[in-house]
Amino acid sequence: MAFDYDKWIRPGKLPHIWCPGCGHGIVMKGLIRAMETLKLEKNDTAIVSGIGCASRLPGYIDCCTLHTAHGRAAAFATGVKMAKPEMNVILVGGDGDGTAIGGNHFIHACRRNIDMTYIIMNNYIYGMTGGQFSPCTPTGHKASTTPYGNPDPGFDIAKLAIGAGATFVARGTAFHANQIDKLIVEAIQHKGFSVVEILDDCPTTYGRRNKYKSVIEMMNRLKEVAVPVKAAEKMTAEQLQGKVLTGVLYKEENKPEYTSEYAKVIERASAAK
Amino acid sequence: MSKKVAFLQGNEAAAQGALYAGCNFFGGYPITPSTEVAEVMSVELPKIGGKFIQMEDEIGAMAVILGAALAGSKVLTSTSGPGLSLKQELIGYGCIAEIPCVIYNVMRGGPSTGMPTGPSQSDVMCAKWGTHGDHPAICLTPASVQETYEEVIRAFNLSEKYRTPVMVMPDEIVAHMRERIVFPEKGEIEVVPRKAPTVEPAQYKPYDTSYGDVPPLASFGSGYRFHVTGLNKMQDGFPTTKAEVVQAEEERQVRKVDANIDDIVTFEEYLLDDAEVVVVAYGSTSRSARYAVNAAREQGIKAGMFRIKTFWPFPDKQIKALATKTKGFIIPEMNLGMCALELERCVQGKAPVLGIFRVDGEPINPDQIVEKIKEVK
Repeated sequence: MAFDYDKWIRPGKLPHIWCPGCGHGIVMKGLIRAMETLKLEKNDTAIVSGIGCASRLPGYIDCCTLHTAHGRAAAFATGVKMAKPEMNVILVGGDGDGTAIGGNHFIHACRRNIDMTYIIMNNYIYGMTGGQFSPCTPTGHKASTTPYGNPDPGFDIAKLAIGAGATFVARGTAFHANQIDKLIVEAIQHKGFSVVEILDDCPTTYGRRNKYKSVIEMMNRLKEVAVPVKAAEKMTAEQLQGKVLTGVLYKEENKPEYTSEYAKVIERASAAK
Repeated sequence: MSKKVAFLQGNEAAAQGALYAGCNFFGGYPITPSTEVAEVMSVELPKIGGKFIQMEDEIGAMAVILGAALAGSKVLTSTSGPGLSLKQELIGYGCIAEIPCVIYNVMRGGPSTGMPTGPSQSDVMCAKWGTHGDHPAICLTPASVQETYEEVIRAFNLSEKYRTPVMVMPDEIVAHMRERIVFPEKGEIEVVPRKAPTVEPAQYKPYDTSYGDVPPLASFGSGYRFHVTGLNKMQDGFPTTKAEVVQAEEERQVRKVDANIDDIVTFEEYLLDDAEVVVVAYGSTSRSARYAVNAAREQGIKAGMFRIKTFWPFPDKQIKALATKTKGFIIPEMNLGMCALELERCVQGKAPVLGIFRVDGEPINPDQIVEKIKEVK
């Protein structure tokens, strides 16, 4: 039997705003399959986003949804989670929203290790505003504001998350659709701040400026650069040149989770009363 | 039984007032001269199962309280000028998404870092015009420690009643001075609860105007699923660009305050019955003004004071009425003439408006005001 996505989609809210060939819909389907696998209670699940193409995702899903301001998803979500720690809080957004304007909230959510899952759709570009370079645009590539090639070095989102203290970090791609829900399931099950970066594509504002002839070519690139962490173990540094590791990149079980730690603060304060 | 009495600082009283009003979530970022509010909340909130969080920046502090408010909390943040500037985008978010919250802003010098430990009253325009777009604005300017306590409670009540952000803005003198405060008994001051939906979750719309201009607000995790956005939205919470819907929704948001000015605006009239010269004052400056009015009366001048307690919405009606029977207005304020502009707008040239403006970090002395009162012929 075909998977019933409609169960999670708000009636009347489709079609979505995403362009033909955009990978965001693939990620949304992965998130829906993950929520179904985990049998999440819709009433107790908040999906929080910032601004941008990817941040329009919550509006389509039948949960408690919060489309905040540019870059602020992690900070709003922290308020929801602190107020109601029993809720499942899932953040979604793009690379510009999460690592540029929202970079500070992102690293501090990682540091606190607050039990939320952040799905970052990294398409290397600000799509909604027409293709300006983001902190994830590769050096030398073209965007509407880097007509002579991008002089900036980019972020490695996974390394940033690990360095800042996130305790579950994974990476997938929009090409490897069947892996996305599995990574998200594991991320949501993890007690702590989990980050799932999905390498995505933006044929409209990134692909056409960087000599990708078609969506298929962009998808094939994702297929070619992705190397599962297990496979990478058997590869030489030379073989890994230009490749991107996918799968669960980092997992730490012993770091205390923030809302649990605050529950202890409440206990100590109540005892001292 | 005698009432509980204490000797408190304005900022400490603000925190106590918030707790009386049922505040159970505080998000903040350290900033002089308001940090004491955060410190008291960090001690008191966990004792009652509430939550305190110190965020990574001022914007995050505003965001975290909006998120918590949507999850059902009664929320407070405290800040000062530079922080108020940083929070502005999300104050606008609170206005358009109609999220109850209280922003306690202690006014220090500015612009930018200014004089962090000096008093000022130069944030009053920022309270109304700081965030972009048309939006409702409520701002209270207490003049004593007792009043700070009571106005913070009123701010929570107004934010719930009108489902909008409310600001309480003492100047640094009020925030840091210590005075005797008499605590009200439990139940003595009304605490307004959030208007919760009565319909089934499937029927709920977060901006349902069939309930009037202030629709009930459900909370996340309470069985109601809904969408919240900073985009112009329809009654069901989803974005729209439909011209007539956007126009109607924007007008409703502003009307929540504009149609209820008499319920929101508070003021004090001091010796105004026969007054020929009216000193208009707010915050700590009104304390000098009261002294000056008394001194002028001793010298045979019929002076009085109109004390603004609610700065926004501005007491237009009362000032307009005074303008018809007053020889002149004096406006002492610790900025270069912000309230004076509002005053001139309301007085409409019917009487002179004389300002005493100080931005040197020093309070305005009663003597300065007396001298100005004498200038009115």
